[in-house]
Amino acid sequence: MAALDPAPPGRGPAEVAAGVLELSDLTKRFSAHGRAAVDGISLTVPAGEVCVLIGPSGCGKTTAMRMINRLIEPTSGDIRLDGRSVRDFSPHQLRRRIGYVIQQVGLMPHLTVAANVATVPRLLGWDRERTRARTRELLDLIGLDPDEYGPRYPAELSGGQQQRVGLARALAGDPPLMLMDEPFSAVDPITRERLQNDFLRLHRAVPKTVVFVSHDIDEAVKMGDRVAVMREGRIVQYAPPAELLARPADDFVADFVGADRALKSLSLTRLEDLDLLPAPLVRAGDEVAAVRARLESGELEPLGGTVLVVDPGGRPAAWIPVARLEGQVRVPADAGQADPVLDRITTLRDALSAILESGAAYGTVVDGEGRVTGLVGLDEIGRAIRRPAEVA
Amino acid sequence: MSLLQETWQAYTDPLNDGWGRTVEHIRLSLTALALATVAGVVLGITAAKVGRGAAVVVVTIGNLGRMVPTLAIIGIIVVFFPLGFWPAAIGLFLLGIPPILVNAYTGIRDVDPGAREASRGMGLSRRQVLTRVELPLALPLIVAGVRTSAVEIVATATLAGLVGAGGLGVLVLAGLGNNQTEVILAGAIPVAILAVLAELVFAGAERLATPRGLRITRGLATQRGTA
Ligand SMILES: Nc1ncnc2c1ncn2[C@@H]1O[C@H](COP(=O)(O)OP(=O)(O)OP(=O)(O)O)[C@@H](O)[C@H]1O
Ligand SMILES: [Mg+2]
Repeated sequence: MAALDPAPPGRGPAEVAAGVLELSDLTKRFSAHGRAAVDGISLTVPAGEVCVLIGPSGCGKTTAMRMINRLIEPTSGDIRLDGRSVRDFSPHQLRRRIGYVIQQVGLMPHLTVAANVATVPRLLGWDRERTRARTRELLDLIGLDPDEYGPRYPAELSGGQQQRVGLARALAGDPPLMLMDEPFSAVDPITRERLQNDFLRLHRAVPKTVVFVSHDIDEAVKMGDRVAVMREGRIVQYAPPAELLARPADDFVADFVGADRALKSLSLTRLEDLDLLPAPLVRAGDEVAAVRARLESGELEPLGGTVLVVDPGGRPAAWIPVARLEGQVRVPADAGQADPVLDRITTLRDALSAILESGAAYGTVVDGEGRVTGLVGLDEIGRAIRRPAEVA
Repeated sequence: MSLLQETWQAYTDPLNDGWGRTVEHIRLSLTALALATVAGVVLGITAAKVGRGAAVVVVTIGNLGRMVPTLAIIGIIVVFFPLGFWPAAIGLFLLGIPPILVNAYTGIRDVDPGAREASRGMGLSRRQVLTRVELPLALPLIVAGVRTSAVEIVATATLAGLVGAGGLGVLVLAGLGNNQTEVILAGAIPVAILAVLAELVFAGAERLATPRGLRITRGLATQRGTA
């Protein structure tokens, strides 16, 4: 995975460094004689990395996760965060330093969105002003306008928005570690993909060590720096996703990963890793005469006779045929469409699916601020697929 | 003279002292209700925290409470205590507990498990989960229980007249004894009015106790001003 982006302007580097998480020989038995729900697992998650726990239902993912913040006490073994055993902290202190996101979200229905996000800062005893500023910052970060959404109640949000707020709430205390138990599995596939991308973007801006439980191998490959495949309380393979796809440790993992491994490996590459096609950009409001000059000089090369109009902020507005500019003084602001618009963080798999679905020849790739960075078509994706094959 | 006028005369007659009886009635009811609320809420929360076994106990108490007539309870208490205010108050207190107990239990039990899990996971102590999450969410149901109890207590407090605890029941009994319809009514009508008032007051309290966020869920929200 690409190196972490520098912190975006306007926000300092992450205030709290991400922590190293080590599980050693961790075991949980719910009854003295029964099978262990978690059976001697050991793994290390380097600071700032996303570790995905994946495996069939009942294999002990949730149990392993809940031992980390001491919602369950281990039968044996230890957990260390930055070298210190979690047992050195009181459960409450520990949990306030560990973000926790669950599938059911669990927002407090009687509190506003802002009050929900402020839960941990209040527990930590932050003053009013700092709490308020942090709450606004986080709502902004997850793409919900603080003035509009802060005073709302959870019942006034969509499922996807609720899960965003759950994420903001978990981040509020700026914890070095986040635990996420199937956070995106209760929403529809389109919302899920958007939440995944938003999470990845957030994670780059504010790197945290993350343990992420999933039952979806595509999600695991997309989100994880490392993936731990679990079976009956044990870890069968713990490896970066590329290795998991290329060299499954045994038949169980191979089965779990599935037959279409080649297709899944499309999730390993993101649009930002590709050589994109330059977009023939014209700005809404530009003088048509200037555009014509660029066309004549060859600086602007239309694609299929069309150019891409962007708004003054550089965000995509519409494809329009060059012929439409005839008889106009300035480039019109809107007409037609520029779908699909793809964040550069999108995986090739998701991008391919979006392009095929839209029927368009090209997807418009944008950066975190929504500005056009280039175009992607089936050719660009195809080249990226063949490249690793040549290397192998 | 109409029956209504006669009733009013009987109510204001210094010998009957309708107003004084009304005050006694209210005092007795409020005492019993306050005690029942405290006991019902504490027992309900405890039962919800103890778990499954407690559910059986709660339901049993709830059903028994509805089956055993308060008159019987007051009768039993009278055997052991001198006549007066407290035997009646205790009888009414016992009558008032079940609805509050059952509702407090249900209210706490029904709190969204996700909200509880998330609260624990964020580092709220058990006590904070109770006071900041479970109680606010259970409050509307608890107040609904108090409302049921209040109406039952006000109506049943009429029996207090039998054990020398005063109240409007004294007028009803006197009227029955002397075959004076207007005196019976001078006791019965104020009881009915008090019961309706209790219903209205606690219905209002129930609305106030329902947090905005829950009213939205239940589709009761009034339109928010777009500011
Ligand atoms: N509190 C508990 N008491 C007894 N057994 C439990 C408890 N919690 C979990 N288990 C058992 O431990 C095993 C692992 O459960 P766990 O919830 O960790 O699975 P999971 O991998 O998260 O499954 P899923 O994908 O369905 O969420 C299961 O067999 C489950 O029945
Ligand atoms: Mg689970």
